[in-house]
Amino acid sequence: MVSRPAARFAHLAGLVLVFAFAMFPFYWMVSSSFKDQGDLLASPPMWLFEPTIKHYAEIWADQKVTAAIVNSLIVAVSTTALAVLLGTPAAYALARFEFRGKSDLWFWFISNRMISPIVLALPVYLLAQSLGLLDTHLVLILIYLTFNLPIVVWICTDQFRSIPPELEQAARLEGAKQFDVFWRIYLPLGLPGVAVSAIFSFIFSWNELLYALVLTRRNVQTAPVAATSFMSGYELPWGKIMATGTVIVLPVTIFALIVSRHMIRGLTMGATK
Amino acid sequence: MSVEGQALAQEAARARPARRRRLEHGRWTPLFFLAPAVVTLLAIGLYPMLFALVTSFRRYNLTRAREGFPFVGFENYGRVLSDQTFWDTLLLTGRFFLTVMPIQVALGLLIALMLHRPGWGFMRSLARVSLVVPLATTYAVVGLLGNLIFNRNFGVANQFLSWFGFAPFDWLGNPSGAFAAIVIMDVWQWTPFCALIFLSGLSMVPIDIEEAARLETKSHWALLRHVQLPYLLPGLTAMLILRSADVLKLFDMIFTMTRGGPGTATELISIYIQRVGFRVFDLGAASAQAMLLLLFTILLSRLYIRIFYREIE
Repeated sequence: MVSRPAARFAHLAGLVLVFAFAMFPFYWMVSSSFKDQGDLLASPPMWLFEPTIKHYAEIWADQKVTAAIVNSLIVAVSTTALAVLLGTPAAYALARFEFRGKSDLWFWFISNRMISPIVLALPVYLLAQSLGLLDTHLVLILIYLTFNLPIVVWICTDQFRSIPPELEQAARLEGAKQFDVFWRIYLPLGLPGVAVSAIFSFIFSWNELLYALVLTRRNVQTAPVAATSFMSGYELPWGKIMATGTVIVLPVTIFALIVSRHMIRGLTMGATK
Repeated sequence: MSVEGQALAQEAARARPARRRRLEHGRWTPLFFLAPAVVTLLAIGLYPMLFALVTSFRRYNLTRAREGFPFVGFENYGRVLSDQTFWDTLLLTGRFFLTVMPIQVALGLLIALMLHRPGWGFMRSLARVSLVVPLATTYAVVGLLGNLIFNRNFGVANQFLSWFGFAPFDWLGNPSGAFAAIVIMDVWQWTPFCALIFLSGLSMVPIDIEEAARLETKSHWALLRHVQLPYLLPGLTAMLILRSADVLKLFDMIFTMTRGGPGTATELISIYIQRVGFRVFDLGAASAQAMLLLLFTILLSRLYIRIFYREIE
């Protein structure tokens, strides 16, 4: 049997190891983005080096990267706004009304979480092509709704259920219309849930690659596609790739830290809390 | 029952029928709130799927568009089902799942137990928060990062190997190395998912039961087996189903890291379908494959719903 101080120390060592394991690739990406190309290609790799912000200056000057980040922002913000706009009323109905087929509808929303993007990417490509929608923001904004809308509906339904129905009764007694009840009671009081679902929707859209790869060409390339496109040629611009990677990952990491308490709920559609 | 309690109960009894009347809604009200979301999801989700279903019954090769896209019945399905590569990629996808899942479950459980154990409060919160970072990292960037980490000449993975006295290894240049590399990156990204689910399971064990058990036994194993395990099982089921759906979806990280190569060593099902559809342009066959994939997914999600949302049904 291990003595208590030894066990305590092993616990600390384990925790430090967990932290190092989780953070290492992230650390490696960020530190590589500050390395000179010569230092990047050093073998064995260098842990101490003279940092340079050259690669950030490079991507700042590179219109392809800045345009891609703007595209990603446009797509992620619009699809999130649409998902909230369309999803919150549906969540209200699912939270408060009784009607036939309710559970089927609910399950249909949820099962969208499981569908592989490749299943939709093929037909959407053909449809977008025939409608002239390839390489537009619109097609990405719409297709991202297939996974954002369910997440907004799920999290907001859960949130709206926790609002006391007495408030609705009181408002209805005073003659409030159904829509006013939703707009003035449920939306403001459920704001935390709405915000969490919006952040998730933003993260998922920002991180998406497959649809963006298939459905866009030059004009609306998103940030992950742009970063991927540097992976060709003989000598890869590692510093630039890692700097772009850092710029892509940093904002979503901050968002994820904000919703870290809800991370698992968001990823499991609430099956575990 | 106290007087107060009786009064409350009476009030509640009076309030109940009234409440039902007041919350009544018009027959079409739910429709009004639901229609926007439902119509949108039908248009962008279901309609393309039906389109894919139709395409899967046609000869639909974009490189031979001049021949038109005639209906050919089950020809595509026949071709796909007798296509050895399709079965190989499915098998590889299964092998990938069976490799990453046990590692993620074991490591995840270990991490959760460490995070649950009292002591070292600050370091524990730091470690818990750091778990969110892999989960949020853009999947495509994980693949790019994997390319750098596992580089044959200047990758840090080979440096780690050299510390333990192993010779440098051309990870991405040979089939088993590339497979190991995508396994390691997936384990990095998704072990936190398992750890956090297990952690929430552990924190549901009523504190007095856990403390009583700790007084009874000094064995961590007995505590885990008899007290904590029942609270961990639902989470385990959830992660098994969700992770298998995720592995069927897995595309971004592998595409940016190995493009399915070398050869077809890391060509999981989504990568293969993407290649048939968008590099060979045989959309008929790719659609048939996608439909088969969809079938698996529907079975998985029915299973998930059956297990986890019983109370709503």
